[in-house]
Amino acid sequence: MKKLASVAAVSAIAMGLSAGAQAEETLDSVKSKGFVQCGVSTGLPGFSNPDEKGNWQGLDVDVCRAVAAAVLGDASKVKYIPLTAKERFTALQSGEIDILSRNTTWTQTRDTKLGLNFAGVNYYDGQGYMVSKSLGVKSALELDGAAVCIQSGTTTELNLSDYFREHKMSYTPVVFDTSDQTVKGFEAGRCDVLTSDQSQLYALRIKLADPSSAMVLPEVISKEPLGPVVRQGDDQWFNIVKWSLNAMINAEELGLTSANADEMSKSSTNPGIKRLVGKEGPKGEGLGLNDDWAFQIIKQVGNYGEAFERNVGTGSPLKISRGNNALWSKGGFLYAPPMR
Amino acid sequence: MPADLDQSSAPASKTKFWNDPDKRAILFQIIIVVLVVGTIGHFVSNALTNLETRGITTGFGFLSQSSGFDILLTLIPYDATYTFGHTFVVGLLNTLLVGFLGVVLATILGFIMGVARLSNNWLISKLAMCYIETFRNIPLLLQIFFWYVAVLGPLPGPRQSIEIGSAFLNNRGLYTPAPVFESGFWFVVVAFFAAIALCWYLVRWNHRRQDLTGQQFPIFWSSVGILIAVPLVVYFFAGSPMSWDYPELKGFNFKGGNVIIPELTALLLALTIYTAAFIAEIVRSGIEAVNKGQTEASHALGISNAKTLRLIVIPQALRVIIPPLTSQYLNLIKNSSLATAIGYPDLVAVFMGTTLNQTGQAIEIIFMTMAVYLTISLLVSAFMNWYNKIMALAER
Repeated sequence: MKKLASVAAVSAIAMGLSAGAQAEETLDSVKSKGFVQCGVSTGLPGFSNPDEKGNWQGLDVDVCRAVAAAVLGDASKVKYIPLTAKERFTALQSGEIDILSRNTTWTQTRDTKLGLNFAGVNYYDGQGYMVSKSLGVKSALELDGAAVCIQSGTTTELNLSDYFREHKMSYTPVVFDTSDQTVKGFEAGRCDVLTSDQSQLYALRIKLADPSSAMVLPEVISKEPLGPVVRQGDDQWFNIVKWSLNAMINAEELGLTSANADEMSKSSTNPGIKRLVGKEGPKGEGLGLNDDWAFQIIKQVGNYGEAFERNVGTGSPLKISRGNNALWSKGGFLYAPPMR
Repeated sequence: MPADLDQSSAPASKTKFWNDPDKRAILFQIIIVVLVVGTIGHFVSNALTNLETRGITTGFGFLSQSSGFDILLTLIPYDATYTFGHTFVVGLLNTLLVGFLGVVLATILGFIMGVARLSNNWLISKLAMCYIETFRNIPLLLQIFFWYVAVLGPLPGPRQSIEIGSAFLNNRGLYTPAPVFESGFWFVVVAFFAAIALCWYLVRWNHRRQDLTGQQFPIFWSSVGILIAVPLVVYFFAGSPMSWDYPELKGFNFKGGNVIIPELTALLLALTIYTAAFIAEIVRSGIEAVNKGQTEASHALGISNAKTLRLIVIPQALRVIIPPLTSQYLNLIKNSSLATAIGYPDLVAVFMGTTLNQTGQAIEIIFMTMAVYLTISLLVSAFMNWYNKIMALAER
């Protein structure tokens, strides 16, 4: 009987405990684990893709590295979890990852109904079409009756349907789980058209056996602001991710790079730079981080411009121009609130 | 032990209730029920509070929102303006389509292979053995990819289609002419059902006649003749109320006609061939379970090989075959969810994939999907149990 009573008591306590254990703060759990768990794509050159040594690289990966640098002081302390488009939100909601940085479009439904928060935009994109040059198509309006390869669970699926309905054209959707499969389907001729965000089309095109056989059509049919996502309800973590990205954009504006960060932090008299490296201003207190959090990001990861050129710009095989992703002062959309 | 017996048979007044095995059993059962109910209740309330604190919308309201995406294969009218409730039905029907066709084809192929495995012809029996051992031992997912990527993938594009009569085969699928029924066609449908009734009557008449006179009638071929001839005659008398819609190459693809998409073909081929290998083994074991004396007795009576198999061996073997066959059917239906790997729009791909992602209602959608598979499996199982009861040996 004693045994029974103790079993009952233990199980009752266990139930009570596990019910109370869910409200743990992400920052504390990341610090105690010693790494940031970051959800990335299953392989998209320029955004999140492992190199030949297995190290993840890309513009989205750099957001994760920036957060790790800010929180743990070491940009390499990231655990990457590759996710398909279908899996990504469930993985974030269930706490399997701390940040989702996976070319994810910011939409109202996702922001309001899924219990998620978008922490900013790290790439302004738009949906486009890629076709085989041999088809002789010059415009998306000539695509009536085409079979179209798409990745499932994306805004792309919805935009595609909108576009063809709006222009009273018909199409056959061929839906795959990963972007790799869509490329294979396109190459094998299962579909005439591959649709995705324009940046991804350029990235996927270099995965083709003969990249010059395909072309991207000029039409951009949607707005796709891509950015990192966190769980709703943990404002501190939300702020950390948001300001890690802002710090990278502000650093570009201030001319602070990974190469000159050490020197500038010692010698610069620019008040903006002094605030960013944590010598003055709000420092790390409001975020619950060390004062040099932003300095660590710039030192280890670089500013936004560096990350862009390295991953998708002139320093990469993708050769995407800055376009909309230039700073606001240079004709683009990138505009980070001031750090003061 | 004897002490225990003494206690329970003695007047129970002095026995403490935890020493009474009956009462103790009841107590343990109550504890287990409380623990099970408590654990489930805890999980449910935990999920609900977490959903609420994280601001995730819950409920089944999403089913009446419009979906906004299109689906490759739909058995009911559907486009992007229909609701998520419709995407559920579309996915469900696609799953049932592949499940039903798979079960029928796997049964036929499995029986043929199982019988061939026992053939006295060395070549046939070894070929059947090779088939069974190969396909039973390769993972199903690989087989699906094999058919999809290696067999159907390299087919030519639409503009270089292989022409088979007025049908076209290319890497977008098999395009066949589709029948277009005109107003008078229902005469033909009625005639077809009338032919079925006639055949049924013929079978009964044949049974009676055989019982009375011992004479037999070529029932199979005459039934086939009736089933074809009667509707055909009515069809011509009604003025051929049917035309064909031929597929035509327009722009990128064929338009018109009927198309069987390669995703369906690949999935069906893989599921059929894989499951049939298991069914063949079940059939073989069933047939081998029938005493050899039965066959010998039948031969001694001068009954032919084919008839011995059909009238004597198979009916007895079925009793051994049906229970494991049921679980193969269930496996096939559940395995059809691998469809998502090649983009066949089944319930898992359409509903648990795209719909889940567009709405974010993970718990509701996964619950509904699991409920569907459970229901299908229980229904198949119930049907097979009923059939098993009919086939069981009538004991006196």
